[in-house]
Amino acid sequence: MFANTDLQHLLFGRLTLEDIPFHEPILQVTFAGVAIGGIAVLAAITYFRFWGPLWRDWLTSVDHKKIGIMYVVLALVMLLRGFADALLMRSQQAIAFGANEGYLPPHHYDQIFTAHGVIMIFFVAMPFVTGLMNYVVPLQIGARDVAFPFLNNFSFWMTVSGAVTVMISLFIGEFARTGWLAYPPLSGADMSPGVGVDYYIWGLQIAGIGTTLSGINLIATIVKMRAPGMSMMKLPIFTWTSLCTNVLIVAAFPILGAVLALLTLDRYVGTHFFTNDLGGNPMMYFNLIWIWGHPEVYILILPAFGVFSEVTSAFCGKRLFGYTSMVYATIVITILSYLVWLHHFFTMGSGASVNSFFGITTMIISIPTGAKIFNWLFTMYRGRIRFDVPMLWTVSFMVTFVIGGMTGVLLAVPPADFVLHNSLFLIAHFHNVIIGGVLFGMFAGVNYWFPKAFGFKLDPFWGKVSFWFWTIGFYVAFMPLYVLGLMGVTRRAQHFDDPSLQIWFVIAAIGAGLIALGIGAMIVQFAVSIKNREALRDVTGDPWEGRTLEWSTSSPPPDYNFAFTPVVHNLDAWWEMKSRGFQRPLQGYKPIHMPKNTATGVILGVISIAFSFAMIWYIWWLAALTFVATLVVAIGHTFNYNRDFYIPADTVSRTEQQRTRALAAVRA
Amino acid sequence: MTQASTADAPDFLDLEGEHHPEGSTMLGFWIYLMSDCLIFAVLFATYAVLGRSYAAGPSPKDLFDLPIVAVNTSMLLFSSITYGFAMLEMEKGDLSKTQLWLAVTGLFGAAFVGLELWEFSHLIHEGATPQRSGFLSAFFTLVGTHGLHVTFGLIWLVTLMIQTRLRGLVPENKRRLMCLSMFWHFLDVIWIGVFTFVYLMGVLQ
Repeated sequence: MFANTDLQHLLFGRLTLEDIPFHEPILQVTFAGVAIGGIAVLAAITYFRFWGPLWRDWLTSVDHKKIGIMYVVLALVMLLRGFADALLMRSQQAIAFGANEGYLPPHHYDQIFTAHGVIMIFFVAMPFVTGLMNYVVPLQIGARDVAFPFLNNFSFWMTVSGAVTVMISLFIGEFARTGWLAYPPLSGADMSPGVGVDYYIWGLQIAGIGTTLSGINLIATIVKMRAPGMSMMKLPIFTWTSLCTNVLIVAAFPILGAVLALLTLDRYVGTHFFTNDLGGNPMMYFNLIWIWGHPEVYILILPAFGVFSEVTSAFCGKRLFGYTSMVYATIVITILSYLVWLHHFFTMGSGASVNSFFGITTMIISIPTGAKIFNWLFTMYRGRIRFDVPMLWTVSFMVTFVIGGMTGVLLAVPPADFVLHNSLFLIAHFHNVIIGGVLFGMFAGVNYWFPKAFGFKLDPFWGKVSFWFWTIGFYVAFMPLYVLGLMGVTRRAQHFDDPSLQIWFVIAAIGAGLIALGIGAMIVQFAVSIKNREALRDVTGDPWEGRTLEWSTSSPPPDYNFAFTPVVHNLDAWWEMKSRGFQRPLQGYKPIHMPKNTATGVILGVISIAFSFAMIWYIWWLAALTFVATLVVAIGHTFNYNRDFYIPADTVSRTEQQRTRALAAVRA
Repeated sequence: MTQASTADAPDFLDLEGEHHPEGSTMLGFWIYLMSDCLIFAVLFATYAVLGRSYAAGPSPKDLFDLPIVAVNTSMLLFSSITYGFAMLEMEKGDLSKTQLWLAVTGLFGAAFVGLELWEFSHLIHEGATPQRSGFLSAFFTLVGTHGLHVTFGLIWLVTLMIQTRLRGLVPENKRRLMCLSMFWHFLDVIWIGVFTFVYLMGVLQ
């Protein structure tokens, strides 16, 4: 292309045309699919003239409800990508025995398992959890928005930038071949000279900034913006688990950022933090990354516990059993989660005393977790249980999570861990708790709060179809991995020699197929629900006989959430209001102070993508330019002092009168 | 009161006062500082692990020049005092004196960064580069990250000087000056850690 290779190098860094993988048929098909799908979406947006509303009401919105919904949409989209990786792996392992090499060469297979892990944790589970917290927490505490609305928008766009950066690696260059935590020395410059690890580093670094800031935001929100009268022990349980999760986020994600920065220096500057020579120490990386990594699993599971608590008490028509013990169990888990990281590498060889300490602390975590399980069971005991879809997910969670928890305690025994370390038993264990815990929790949450967000319920039939395929598919897919792991089969293998193992992998692949049907049913559920939205409509704002404040406002809630700030006297504030004859006031509305939308978050997000792309491909001029641009845009934003406005009392009045009429129509 | 309260029910809504919680910024910024503190904790821990991995290269005793570091440290400590003076003037509402003390703070900060850069270039010139050993990697990263923070603090300081000039000591600007104040003192505290842990203890070994 360029006669002068120096000029090409200056302009494009190490990026050349050969880096676009035209020669890989799987990627070509994917690329074609993404391109056609993308064009279809863009065309649809243009056809329905949706660009204006999309930009004004969504992308630039600082409304916590819209940001929450966008997080969940991001999670669902990335779930499809991460699950496609899972299907590729399961089918490869089902056929790659003996002479059959399967269809994925090792270098491709290694990228897939790395991408699967990274995407599922960082860009599915995290946005899911953050999205639900963003949507629900301000409503549950009777607030109008989060403490820092612009920061919230910015955090979201940082997460999106990270996801986009990781997705670019599919089509330009390659992704890391190191496994989802990119252990050195394999991830160092010597062993992984390509761009794969750099995509990993920059994708996570940018998303991590967003996550940390959103954690700070939600802590400040919960501490400072609760409705009058809502003392800490009257906080809805989901908000409690969110608070603990955000404390964990703020205390863990900076460590991830720092350790990734050190790896970046090793790779870009040639320092010796994690190298084998000149005084570096790779095991330091293991320790540091797991000091983030173990709290991370509780960051994911605690909000799920919160969802299950809300769902159990709502669908059993009872106050949550043992609210106080639930709060303390959550706090104990939060603290203990920092004292167990070493159980991820008992085989490091730190000696019997250290391993015993971390083995015991790990086992102790099962005590508060067990207390939670009993609290849910006692809430159900003598309750009038309604088996709606959120409750089904909850029951399935309780059974599945107990199994996963027990295999976890098994792995916490250091001698057992020496046998099971790095085996498929571990893979089965953490999928057992993350699918059976986090994902089931998020699905319960989506089914539970969807009517709040959109004003109509999700179709229960397709919800149940999805539920059964997911639950059965999970057991069929992962129980064989426990068996294989006990037999000593290690993870991340692209090919096997022993044909007697094949049947287990075939069963697991069938399980993955069942889960695929579950995901399909979920998509159908969304489509059918949107189509039948009038039949599924809920105008009361309280379709499940809810107990907490989010059900006291309309569905979807107005921009300002509550026309009047609620005053809380008891736990289950909305339940008390209903049972003590609360009447909606019909006049006396006042202007409401709200934050203005801003495009700064989107702009910074786009610049961050360009910056990380430039860093990954050594395009230094672009990196410098985008870095300066980030500073200019961020500082420029602070020169805007005009950031809020008042919703006039008339507008509030009109909105509330509409609701009054709708409510009257239902009662009539 | 209104329909919201019946005879037996308490008030469930705040109909009168606009319940408008403000003042989350200080708490939020404080939490941010603690998260930043964790980044430094990682770097300190890294230095603790790698601080003696000289790889047959130079050790702290061979490299550090304590008198210069003492000057450097006093620059930063003085800048914290002068920032305090700026805040006192801000409380009194005296814009020009606030700006004056901010400018003095900025000069001290710039002197600190300048001296640090001079020290770095001196070390690199002697062959003690970050690539030389684990110890030097950890040293440059810990001290450099602190220096980078001070640099960002300087950019922020200049920004706030412009903003106070444009708009005066309005509540938003006072809030921002408070945040930068916390940031600046926080960096001071971190530096005391660096000075003790890296320089003093390094030379004492």
